[in-house]
Amino acid sequence: MALLEAHRLTAFYGDFQALYGIDLELKEGETLAIIGANGAGKSTFLKTIVGLMPAPAESVVFDGRPVGGLPVAEIVRLGISLVPEGRRLFPSLSVEENLRIGAHGRRDSGYWSLERLYDLFPALAGRREAPSQTLSGGEQQMAAIGRALMSNPRVLLCDEISLGLAPIVIRSIYAALPKIKANGASVILVEQDIVQAMQVADRVYCFQEGRLALSARPSELSREAIHTAYFGT
Amino acid sequence: MIGWLNTLLQGVMLGGLYALFAAGLSLIFGIMRLVNLAHGDLIVLAAFVALALMHTLGLDPFLATLVAMPVLFAFGYALQHVLLNRTLGRDILPPLLVTFGLSIIIQNGLVEVFTADSRRLNAGAIEVASVHLGGGLAVGTIQLVTFASAVGVILALNLLFYRTELGRAFRATSDDPEIAQLMGIDNRHVFSLAMAVAMVVIAVSALYLGMRANFDPYIGPARLLYAFEAVIIGGLGSFWGTLAGGVIIGVAQTVGAKINPEWQILAGHVAFLVVLVLRPRGLFPRVGE
Repeated sequence: MALLEAHRLTAFYGDFQALYGIDLELKEGETLAIIGANGAGKSTFLKTIVGLMPAPAESVVFDGRPVGGLPVAEIVRLGISLVPEGRRLFPSLSVEENLRIGAHGRRDSGYWSLERLYDLFPALAGRREAPSQTLSGGEQQMAAIGRALMSNPRVLLCDEISLGLAPIVIRSIYAALPKIKANGASVILVEQDIVQAMQVADRVYCFQEGRLALSARPSELSREAIHTAYFGT
Repeated sequence: MIGWLNTLLQGVMLGGLYALFAAGLSLIFGIMRLVNLAHGDLIVLAAFVALALMHTLGLDPFLATLVAMPVLFAFGYALQHVLLNRTLGRDILPPLLVTFGLSIIIQNGLVEVFTADSRRLNAGAIEVASVHLGGGLAVGTIQLVTFASAVGVILALNLLFYRTELGRAFRATSDDPEIAQLMGIDNRHVFSLAMAVAMVVIAVSALYLGMRANFDPYIGPARLLYAFEAVIIGGLGSFWGTLAGGVIIGVAQTVGAKINPEWQILAGHVAFLVVLVLRPRGLFPRVGE
């Protein structure tokens, strides 16, 4: 059984329809990549999964349980965590407070703790007390990922974590992914960086104008197929 | 010379009262961007609650306030949960309209129950006691206790905000309510707790409002104005700034009154305008805004 399923998922911004019936499933331990042009609905998809956009209950199923339309806080507590686009650390919180708040109100322990996150991202260890806005872009991204991990999620949703970062920084962030997966999180990555996404994903989904244009294993994909799915014909 | 020093001291002490009025307002605005136009009336309501407790249970004002605190805490939670949370959103108008309406309802409700008579929270001997600081300087005990309470309340609020998990949730929700939800924070519950805490601060404000002078159901809006001015002078989001703002208004008022008794209120407002002109974002604005 899949850990997370979307069934004919739709989303609207007022009269504008952003998603037209997306079907997708994530198995335990899997990493999915969602690629597509700007405005294809990738971020909207993640937002709908986590409850920031309304959805019928049955259209999002987590661990066999319909969760569509539940309050965000409730969905997050069930074990789905989102690293939002643009990192969005809390500016009035220090780095460590940003991490701690990821585990807000939880007493149950999992693999991830402050110390383990500092091991995962040593760059953060020396900046614990720093205001989050003084971090570099890469460090902010690490903190945002760490914040999402603090709740020990079973599903980690990452929205454009390479956006605006230098290639070397992107590589160091992606280097953390195997360890994140090894410790119990299945991952959905939304990425503009197709090469990066293809390297780590077990399966690639391409969105085009709110519809699923393609889904395949990276090894099965040709440049032409991606090009067609990305831009249409 | 000693006369002016005394005036200054009285002004600082009065500033403590205004800082108390302002602290609750600042807390609410800081966390949920809710401009609570009923804040002054809630202070008056709390004073009447203390008065009723004094009469029914035979308590002194301090004990009555202590008893009133949990009641007002629960009232604040319910008020936010049932009513004010529904008004929050992108549009800033609904909370203004609803709290304005609430202000009128509270005033008229209090007149119905307690009549429009002037009341006070009678504290007995402490009201006329004073502390001599030497060199001809003296300050009323109540005034001193008011100021100390303001400092205490602000210390406590800072501890709550910067040393507790709830405070962290308060700040995070204030920064970015959407992302706060992603941390598993129930914003509505956080807002309701914030209003509940604000009502406890309001209970303390009401105690001193009622012991220092007469009050009746209609004096709320004027207190709201002083509170607003103190918050804005201090800079939104800084509790110590709010204390500074209160002190500036207090000092301006007593100095104004010393020059000419008619100028008391005016001098406070003028000081506010001067600060607005020189430092439009207040004396201690929050970083990054």
